[in-house]
Amino acid sequence: MTTVQDTPTLGDMSALQQVRSGEDAPTLTLPRERGTENRPARHLPVQKDWPAWALVLAQTGILVGAIGGWELGARFGVIDQFFWSQPSAIFHTLTIFFTSGDAWTDIGFTFRSTIFGFLLGTTAGSLLGLSFWWSRNYAAVVQPYIICFESIPKLALAPLVILVFGIGLSSKVAIAMALTIVVSTLTTYAGVKALDPDGEKLFYSLGATRMQVFRKLVVPFCLPWIISVLRVNIGLALTGAIVGEFIASQHGLGRAILYAGQTYDIALVWVAVLVLSTLAVVMYATVSWLESMLRKGVRQ
Amino acid sequence: MTFPTPTGAFAALAPITLSIPQGRFVSLIGPSGCGKSTIFNIIAGLLEPTSGRVLIDGVDATGTIGRVGYMLQKDLLLPWRTVLDNVVLGMEIQSVPLRLARERALPLLHRYGLSGFESLYPSALSGGMRQRAALLRTLLFDTDVILLDEPFGALDAQTKLQMQEWLMALWSDFGKTVLFVTHDVEEAIYLSDELHVMGTRPGRIIASIPVHLPRPRRRTSALAPEFLTIKERCLQLLDVNLSPSAPVNAAA
Repeated sequence: MTTVQDTPTLGDMSALQQVRSGEDAPTLTLPRERGTENRPARHLPVQKDWPAWALVLAQTGILVGAIGGWELGARFGVIDQFFWSQPSAIFHTLTIFFTSGDAWTDIGFTFRSTIFGFLLGTTAGSLLGLSFWWSRNYAAVVQPYIICFESIPKLALAPLVILVFGIGLSSKVAIAMALTIVVSTLTTYAGVKALDPDGEKLFYSLGATRMQVFRKLVVPFCLPWIISVLRVNIGLALTGAIVGEFIASQHGLGRAILYAGQTYDIALVWVAVLVLSTLAVVMYATVSWLESMLRKGVRQ
Repeated sequence: MTFPTPTGAFAALAPITLSIPQGRFVSLIGPSGCGKSTIFNIIAGLLEPTSGRVLIDGVDATGTIGRVGYMLQKDLLLPWRTVLDNVVLGMEIQSVPLRLARERALPLLHRYGLSGFESLYPSALSGGMRQRAALLRTLLFDTDVILLDEPFGALDAQTKLQMQEWLMALWSDFGKTVLFVTHDVEEAIYLSDELHVMGTRPGRIIASIPVHLPRPRRRTSALAPEFLTIKERCLQLLDVNLSPSAPVNAAA
């Protein structure tokens, strides 16, 4: 006895389209109701999908157009080179940045502080969120503090963090962690609160210990919540690391941007921003991949 | 098994004494809010009664969990586990090695209509199949007493009939003592050896009716005079009980 439910198909709709598009298609005549003769005949709006090459062409077209326009504008004096630099100069600086500058040191520094902050913040936040399951009283006592900490603009504390942790890697990690921990805590706690009390009842009726309920029910149930913040957190961690570098640092892409801006080297600003964006995209893509892998593992 | 269970302050239940002989199929029927689920929670040890005791085989089991199999209204299958791994949950919690638990569960899944489904996730199953898996989970927990709280309440009429037959087959194979809660009078008579009709405010047992229909029962048993007499009596009891409690409900 199997009853696999069929998902509703769009059969009716495609039949409708067929009737309209085919010349010798069978026609369907329905009796008209009185008083509906003047109703305008409307068709189902149909959007035609472009082929893939056309989409790619449009996308590259915009990019080439923007960069070409910028370059030409800068050459003919429409765009002020001092403020905006120009693509050819930026490309030149980029090669210098990677051949003679300390590009890899900067990238590595920012990458490390982001990853450490992300991992620490996400792990600590998830554990904290899960810990609320153990005691309603503890959760009730601690919760206002979490909300408070969430509403503080954590970046405003950055100068203090630098003072406490110094200008090295640890201060950047701390800021990145401060940004990510709250998001993870609150999201995981939302998962804990969404737990069906009947699920716990089932486990207890089977004679489970609290630890068994936690490990076999609470943790797997909350995993989708924990996973769902990974992408948000990697962005937040990067923001935290960059702000830390802005305030005081010896290395990092954030420091490179600040330094270039202060010395009016606009091309270098663009180069650093470009490299930073690439780093961000790579990390975001990796975390997205990780997330989809985990989701497959979790099956929910 | 005896459990007089008066509950305090709100008095959800008036003093009730129920004794259920081993291996019997006993049903509780009654309107919503008559405390059927409260009784179940007390037997399962999930609620501490204000006074009274739960005796299983003459041993005090009040407030101890894991003594009886309890199937709640919802199937509560864990979506991240396969059907097989859901079914072995009870044994797993009782620290039976996972391999052994699976070995014991697999033949039962094959025998009781879930073969081919064991490695699927619950989301791929129909309502009836999910209930089967949930019931097998309860059975494999391997306790003498099993509590079933409206297990077929959410199923469509046809599936419900199939599930009743299935449950009967399972019950005669396993010989467990079953306590069954339902709203459905016909279902209760068809399945049970004895019926307890409950009333509300406070929850109490207003009548206990033995069912002497021969087993195995068939659908045509529902046309037997005795069946109809019991059905009429139950419907009367439930009806009589409903009318005076209606104004009380309105006042609250």
